[in-house]
Amino acid sequence: MTSVGTNVARKEGLGKATGEAQYIDDLRFPGMLYGRTVRSAVPCGRIVSVTRDFDPTGYTIADYHDIPGENCIALIERDQPCLAVDQVRHVAEPILLLAHEDREALLAAKVEIEYEPAEPLYDPARSPRTFKEILIEKGNLDRGFAKADAIVEGTYATGHQEHVYIETNGVIAVPEHGGLALYGSLQCPFYVLKALKALLGGAVASLRVVQAETGGGFGGKEEYPSMIAAHACLLAIKAGRPIKIIYDRVEDMLATTKRHPSVVRHRTGVRRDGTLVAMDVDVLLDGGAYCTLSPVVLSRGAIHAAGPYRCANTRISGRATMTNTPPNGAFRGFGAPQTQFAMEVHMERIAEALGMDPVRLRLKNALRPGDTTATGQMLGDDTSAVAVLREAVRRSGFSRKRAKYRGTNRGIGLSLFYHGAGFTGSGEVILASRAGLETTPCGVRILVANTEIGQGTRTMLAQIVADALGVDYDTVEVAQPDTSRVPDSGPTVASRTCMVVGGLLERSARAMREKIGALTPAEHHARHGPLRVEEQYEPPPGRNWSEETYRGDAYATFAWGCDVAEVEIDPVTSDVRVHKITAVQEFGRAIHPALARGQIEGGTAQGLGWALLEHVAMRDGAMANAQLTNYTIPTTLDTPVMDIVMLDNPYAGGPFGAKGLGELPIDGPAPAVVNAIRHAGLDVRAIPATPEALMASARLGDGDARGAA
Amino acid sequence: MRFTLNGSAVDVAAPPMKRLLDVLREECALTGTKEGCGEGECGACTVLLDGAPVVSCLVPFAQAEGAEVLTIEGLGGDHPLQHAFMREVGAQCGICTPGMIMATLPLEADRKVPTLSAIRVALAGNLCRCTGYEAIYRAVRSAHAAGP
Repeated sequence: MTSVGTNVARKEGLGKATGEAQYIDDLRFPGMLYGRTVRSAVPCGRIVSVTRDFDPTGYTIADYHDIPGENCIALIERDQPCLAVDQVRHVAEPILLLAHEDREALLAAKVEIEYEPAEPLYDPARSPRTFKEILIEKGNLDRGFAKADAIVEGTYATGHQEHVYIETNGVIAVPEHGGLALYGSLQCPFYVLKALKALLGGAVASLRVVQAETGGGFGGKEEYPSMIAAHACLLAIKAGRPIKIIYDRVEDMLATTKRHPSVVRHRTGVRRDGTLVAMDVDVLLDGGAYCTLSPVVLSRGAIHAAGPYRCANTRISGRATMTNTPPNGAFRGFGAPQTQFAMEVHMERIAEALGMDPVRLRLKNALRPGDTTATGQMLGDDTSAVAVLREAVRRSGFSRKRAKYRGTNRGIGLSLFYHGAGFTGSGEVILASRAGLETTPCGVRILVANTEIGQGTRTMLAQIVADALGVDYDTVEVAQPDTSRVPDSGPTVASRTCMVVGGLLERSARAMREKIGALTPAEHHARHGPLRVEEQYEPPPGRNWSEETYRGDAYATFAWGCDVAEVEIDPVTSDVRVHKITAVQEFGRAIHPALARGQIEGGTAQGLGWALLEHVAMRDGAMANAQLTNYTIPTTLDTPVMDIVMLDNPYAGGPFGAKGLGELPIDGPAPAVVNAIRHAGLDVRAIPATPEALMASARLGDGDARGAA
Repeated sequence: MRFTLNGSAVDVAAPPMKRLLDVLREECALTGTKEGCGEGECGACTVLLDGAPVVSCLVPFAQAEGAEVLTIEGLGGDHPLQHAFMREVGAQCGICTPGMIMATLPLEADRKVPTLSAIRVALAGNLCRCTGYEAIYRAVRSAHAAGP
């Protein structure tokens, strides 16, 4: 019997709904102390003195002197200290660690830090320090502009976004057999392991990282858990006791990463018939104080910056620079939502400039099989831009409503978008992920480092293995991600778990079937003892990429989406109500349709929050609204009716035809909403489009959005 | 201090101003009630106090004296809402789920399947970052259809 394509019972059972699931703050270890991080209060400067203003009896105290290895959080660069030495580059930078068995006593401990402040820098455009620059070139820009009948220019901006996983960050470091075990709420156990190895050097006999049940991630638990893990481990070594560090909501919002703010400039040459002939795009990302993942966020952002459109002459230049704000990092979509927001609002303005229907303009230029992207990637039959666009327009009644809402305070807008699945460029080759299976007395166990963070990893991978191995889904179990027990199948990011890791497991299952013949895994286990198989990533044949020139096949494949948003603007308060979202998305094939739908609905809601509500107010380099009272995410009353359509277009390179899905849904809502606001007559080019921003925005005349209805 | 916890009389010694949330998690070892924000905004710590949903991070323990407190553990492990939240994927990461289920319970008193608007209002104080709420509505309605 097949399980792929059906809504089988989820591997996590009922525990999340009964309260039995053990999240990090639910775990306790004997002798455990609570840890706390003392942080900088200034955005930039030199630490003159750190003075303890409490009796140290009963406290464990650690600073940078206690680091046995390298004082850094090892990621792409090694520029971010684990604990500040004498300089700080942002507010909330960790300086000192405290631990105590009593939380009240821990919080009561006062530490005075004296600084010699320096002049902070907040404008990424004026930053003297660039983390990464990228140039993508195709064709000849001058020749393209020479053919243009019109040139449309515009600048578009997006703000920070906080992840607001409902479970804040937390870890527990536990001394064991001369080594350390680190339990945490995290997405990428092997990232944490790498960071701990650099930090601790050979100071501990063994290290392992174990994922606890994780209450949401969205990229926010990709790289930052390495920092908290480092702190907990330093305290645990010093105290010789388990250390639990759980951030409260304010600390989590003040100190941890956010979505990179962006400014994207477009200059586009277009023919009268709507053909795009030249696209010049400039992308600027605010990286915050340290490099973290900014180079790869920029990379994905830049590659997606020309949108799902064909244009023979394209130049995309991008840079990510330093500012004196807490480092920005991974957030679902990873740069692509920012650049595609700009592209899709710009497309709307091109349609307005030409007096052309926005659907017709997109149909004219949408990528089709045989077209090449900005990096020169030739697209195959797994290209569905036209299909998602046509279906979304038809299903939403777009054209009819476009005419009907004209001249009212309602509007309807759309966005067309795509998202590359898996790591960018040669990322997967460098990762060289491994995934495996082992027989058990009851069946087979999946061995991967990929984490269940709500998206359904355990279930979806078990479905793939069950069908590829030809066994009952109920006989497949999934090992808890523990770096001492599972192979490094790479991080749980980049819409890669289903397509890349699922693909490795599909191969592992077939390899196991060859070895066990006609037996079931349990029968084989009973007769021959445990059997383990492992497969390693191999790039699809013929895939080429140059990191130097940014030419070639940037992604194994793309998923495609079209969103239609219907809004109403309150004429008095300028509050935007989204009444309905139609989301048509193609991601190969849904392994578990109900879980897949959940990714689309959830990503769409996050996108709507980013578009309209979620304003990170930065004041003097720190988030001034670091609490859920005044950083608002969508509630039940803010989230509209969603009409979700999942189109099938099985991808030969993915397990059972699946591509990646997790990030695609967040690319579309913001531009669809802003284009709907444009249709209702307001010229908005930045998000969040709060009532204050709408009140300050210009009204479009009849010759603009309304004329293009 | 004496109160009724999940149907049983209990006597718990804890400071009167300690948050009910901490009393439940630390003194009573019931960790199904979660902390999301600590300021009553997210609803993850919702429990029923004398049948009404409250955010237990804002309730001082003193207020529980003599009251009936119902937590997610008090539903046992076989409540139709618990099954429906998993089946319909109303729970993704699951951290908001106990609070969601507790906030939904008062709707169960009515025999009719709750309207979408009634569910929206009942859950307006409970944040979920994973689902966009649609699957939660499906779960609530399908649990009701299934009956207790």
